Amino acid sequence: MKTPIYLDYSATTPCDPRVVQRMLPFFTDTFGNAASRSHSFGWTAEAAVEEARSQVAQLLGAHEKEILWTSGSTEANNLAIKGVAQMYRPKGNHLITAITEHKAVLDPMKYLETQGFEVTWLPVDGQGNIDLAELEAAITDRTILVSLMAANNEVGTVHPLERIGALCKRKGTLFHTDATQAAGKIPLDVEAQHIDLLSLSAHKMYGPKGVGCLYVRRKNPRVRLTAQMDGGGHERGMRSGTLNVTGIVGMGEAARICREEMATEVPKLRAMRDRLEARISKALPDAVRNGNPDARLPHLANVSFPYVEGESLIMGIKDIAVSSGSACTSASLEPSYVLKGLGLGDELAHSSIRFSLGRFTTEQEVDFAADRVIAEVKRLREMSPLWEMVQEGVDLSKVKWTLH
Amino acid sequence: MAYSDKVLDHYQNPRNVGSLDKSDPNVGTGVVGAPECGDVMKLQIRVDDSGKIVDAKFKTYGCGSAIASSSLATEWLKGTSVDAAAQIKNTQIVEELSLPPVKIHCSVLAEDAIKAAIDDWKAKQQARTTSQEVKA
Repeated sequence: MKTPIYLDYSATTPCDPRVVQRMLPFFTDTFGNAASRSHSFGWTAEAAVEEARSQVAQLLGAHEKEILWTSGSTEANNLAIKGVAQMYRPKGNHLITAITEHKAVLDPMKYLETQGFEVTWLPVDGQGNIDLAELEAAITDRTILVSLMAANNEVGTVHPLERIGALCKRKGTLFHTDATQAAGKIPLDVEAQHIDLLSLSAHKMYGPKGVGCLYVRRKNPRVRLTAQMDGGGHERGMRSGTLNVTGIVGMGEAARICREEMATEVPKLRAMRDRLEARISKALPDAVRNGNPDARLPHLANVSFPYVEGESLIMGIKDIAVSSGSACTSASLEPSYVLKGLGLGDELAHSSIRFSLGRFTTEQEVDFAADRVIAEVKRLREMSPLWEMVQEGVDLSKVKWTLH
Repeated sequence: MAYSDKVLDHYQNPRNVGSLDKSDPNVGTGVVGAPECGDVMKLQIRVDDSGKIVDAKFKTYGCGSAIASSSLATEWLKGTSVDAAAQIKNTQIVEELSLPPVKIHCSVLAEDAIKAAIDDWKAKQQARTTSQEVKA
């Protein structure tokens, strides 16, 4: 077993070797511009792009003409949210999202607030679930878009897409979902789930970085967008810019593999994730699992370790690559807004670790990671004044701390 | 975050982790910080009759820099006088550990913990003197 062990697949994935193989000729031999109509270099590139479009469409149960290539999910989210807002401004100026969305949704929404739009920020419960009744009550005849992620990137909670989609359809508002974390992990079907716009990123599904797509429904209803970039009118005028043919080919292959292998891959991931959690819980019974224990991504575990601090824990497990909800790992010194949104106290937010497993994770790696984490938590607890106080029977919530 | 070798060394081999009896009149205890801020330091000193710090212990909940800052503080405290200890400045800790700007608050916390421990010890001495006066 080689270290460091990578358990941060929700941050990014390595490319599947099959994806790389498929991409290689497009760097050198078949390097044409997909927009070149006058020669075979262009035709070959265009054919490859269209095949990839079809592969991605199949993963979503969509038609290939409904897929727009972008540079990734951030661009897809920006295009969906700002593009709809600007196009449908005559109909209304109200949008709805939730406080646990990715920054690539929250920040475009905040921008729109400065441009005369109104945004409803739905809260979530302790597991990260939105209240459907609250969503329904928030929708008015001025509402033009509901944007709710398919699955949360930090805690893995899966939103009930089908019910949200049906509600939006009944109320006559468009539904966008950021499915970046969900692709290849939970079934996505834009028809059954009544999704009007959907964002994906290749590098979260074993494809390359720098490419993604936006699904844009073309009938029932036909969704229109205001382009956010002006140029050559590529991608039906909605996203100008020469296509990243190599990346697109990689994303298509990645989507094909996800679709064909999901049924066998997901149970394996879930079993390993459950094994990791069980091993940790057995040794550290007061470890807290965050997120919805039932409706959640199969490969992700977010665990808080009371009485130890997240960054020091990460320092101690250098041979395992994971993410922390701790303030200290970010520049902002604020703990994760997602965990705080779930109502976790700052102390638990500070001590949270996100483990995300993937296609190349082994049971041996999972066991090693669990044991390293357990040993380090125990070592840090011996050093922790909070752990000592709890052992002495002190109620930490009643202590008068000196805030600084 | 790239840490200096000294921070890593203190984090991996912390000096003087532990606790002294906080009811002992010769022991001063300082607890500073708050769990919601991500760091809590407990620093304790044992002072002999000549005002010399003969032992120092710490326990810290916090990031690597916070652990290193308090570990270093106990090293500096042991064998020094209470008066000299009161002069220790956070900037000395920053310099010794090469702390990045974002971690300066860890050194401030260590300085506060030293002061709090000394204040606690002084308060105990005061109380003892007062009670002895009352007895006399």
